[in-house]
Amino acid sequence: MIPALIVFAYLCIVLYIGVFAFRKGKASGEDFFLASRGLGPYVFLLSLFGTNMTAFAILGSSGMAYARGVGVYGLMASASGIVIPLTIFFIGTRLWWFGKRFGHMTQVQFLRDRWECGGIGTFIFALTAAMLVPYIVIAVMGGGHTLEAVSGGWVSYEVGGAIVALVVMGYVFFGGMRGTAWVNTFQTLLFLSFGTAAFVLIARSLGGFDQIMESMKNNPRTAALLTRERIPAEEFFSYMFIPLSSIMFPHISIMCLTAKRIGHFKKTVIFYPLCIGAIWVPSVYLGVVAASQFPGLKPGEADDVIIRLLTAHTPEVVAGILGAGIMACVMASDSQIMALSTMFTEDIFVYYGGKERFGDRVQVWTGRVFVVLIAVVAYLIGVALKDKEGIFELAIRFAFSGFASLAPIMLAALFWKRSTKWGALAASLWVAFAVLGTWWLHNYSEPIAPKPGPPPQPSAVHAPSGPDAPTPPPAAQPPKPPQPPKPVQIFPALGDLFLRGPTNVTIYGYLPAMPMVLISALLMVVVSLLTKPPSQKTLDKYFPPTEKATS
Amino acid sequence: MKWLLTLIVVIVILLHHDIWNWKNSTLVLGFIPIGLAYHIGYSCLAALTMWLLVRLAWPKHLEEDEKTP
Repeated sequence: MIPALIVFAYLCIVLYIGVFAFRKGKASGEDFFLASRGLGPYVFLLSLFGTNMTAFAILGSSGMAYARGVGVYGLMASASGIVIPLTIFFIGTRLWWFGKRFGHMTQVQFLRDRWECGGIGTFIFALTAAMLVPYIVIAVMGGGHTLEAVSGGWVSYEVGGAIVALVVMGYVFFGGMRGTAWVNTFQTLLFLSFGTAAFVLIARSLGGFDQIMESMKNNPRTAALLTRERIPAEEFFSYMFIPLSSIMFPHISIMCLTAKRIGHFKKTVIFYPLCIGAIWVPSVYLGVVAASQFPGLKPGEADDVIIRLLTAHTPEVVAGILGAGIMACVMASDSQIMALSTMFTEDIFVYYGGKERFGDRVQVWTGRVFVVLIAVVAYLIGVALKDKEGIFELAIRFAFSGFASLAPIMLAALFWKRSTKWGALAASLWVAFAVLGTWWLHNYSEPIAPKPGPPPQPSAVHAPSGPDAPTPPPAAQPPKPPQPPKPVQIFPALGDLFLRGPTNVTIYGYLPAMPMVLISALLMVVVSLLTKPPSQKTLDKYFPPTEKATS
Repeated sequence: MKWLLTLIVVIVILLHHDIWNWKNSTLVLGFIPIGLAYHIGYSCLAALTMWLLVRLAWPKHLEEDEKTP
């Protein structure tokens, strides 16, 4: 019961933050959608970072580290720690600048104006909106499952999902971007403190990690988890392309427009890699430790290893507080709802004359009504497709590749005078085609997908110390290191061009994101060179003489 | 300076791919696998690189424009 109460207390707090933000707000579109472009340096840093942190950062990463080892940190976290700050430095600051100068509130507004074409903006709006919706549905589903689990079934999945959807809708409806940013700041502080607290408490209970790590190293069945042997080199290399998606997510690019001063980006880009480390290091490390404590978990079961560790190694009340806190933080989709609302209002309602006809006040209320609509639709989908969560999780995975492949379009718009709307259209069409194609290929190859590798086996030396911890079976003699499953050719006639692993499709072993980004960039360049550039007036607007941009 | 910073960023990106640690299970300080310790250090290097970029390549013309009414 305690965890359920903690989650309800958390929901009340974030709702109050939204109402408080509402009291501080003004009745203008820029205030509701962008917090009057007035966020301070610390709220900007923490909210931008929090917006980027999903459930995967804590729960999914530890589950993945449980199966694949410490390399997960390098694969996902440290790659993001350099690529995301670079994109914020080069793209985020310029988006902010143009937004401030010309009044843009979304990336689509910028792209429309930069290439003197409404159609390309509408197409990118539709593409990005379609790739964003699964996040919102998954969050509602996650909320339903979490409340059902922490209340011991007292709150049903349907009621739990409704409560979460109502609370998120409530503080976004009232607080707009200011409320969303404040809630994200609050969540980030909880993430940082809960992750550290969990790490310290579990370490104390286990008497330190030295013995566990030593025994894992000496056991051939778990030694691979301390290395990167379970991650193919091609996957590790091509994962570097995935963080390019961050700045192209509408909720991130719109968040970049909320800073009060451009100087606020400085702290954000410097501290971003350290914040990622502060959250991911404990998650990945504890995931590996869990492999010695709870051997034999299947991929889906391994996602809650941190909660299992807390339950086994801390008092019930502490485990309840930390576990519920972690779960509460990961089930919100506020930024995505806010971004969709802003995009619809600005890119559709305002663009097609709504603001001119009905005024600023109606514009804000359109945004609010859209927030309600998104929350209700996401809830209905979440309830209707309760058992189809995998579809949305898969959609999110493909969305990362899709958004990453849109990055060359934004880079060209910002830094290359010669880029044209036709180049952008060719690249966008390629992205849409590639996302759908990868999805099809994934489903087509599902029957031949190799089974996931064997779950980690128990360490021979260290035993679980919790009162209810299961007793691991003794290690087989002589132990043989498990071999990761080998990918299979999807079309044998094409050789290794399309390979199917246990969870994904690869191109010659590389993640689809890599060829998608490279081909998107190539199309942008080639088609731009073959077509007519925008007018000199537009080029002077976006490449003023003072700016020494690459042309 | 621009080329030097570009070179630094490229080197930092290349340093992410520490193939020499791939199968190394040495424990740093007795409890951190070297592959993880390297990438914790890499995160600090990324922060340092961003600090360098902010100090030496900050788009000051955008800042000046901000002050113009």
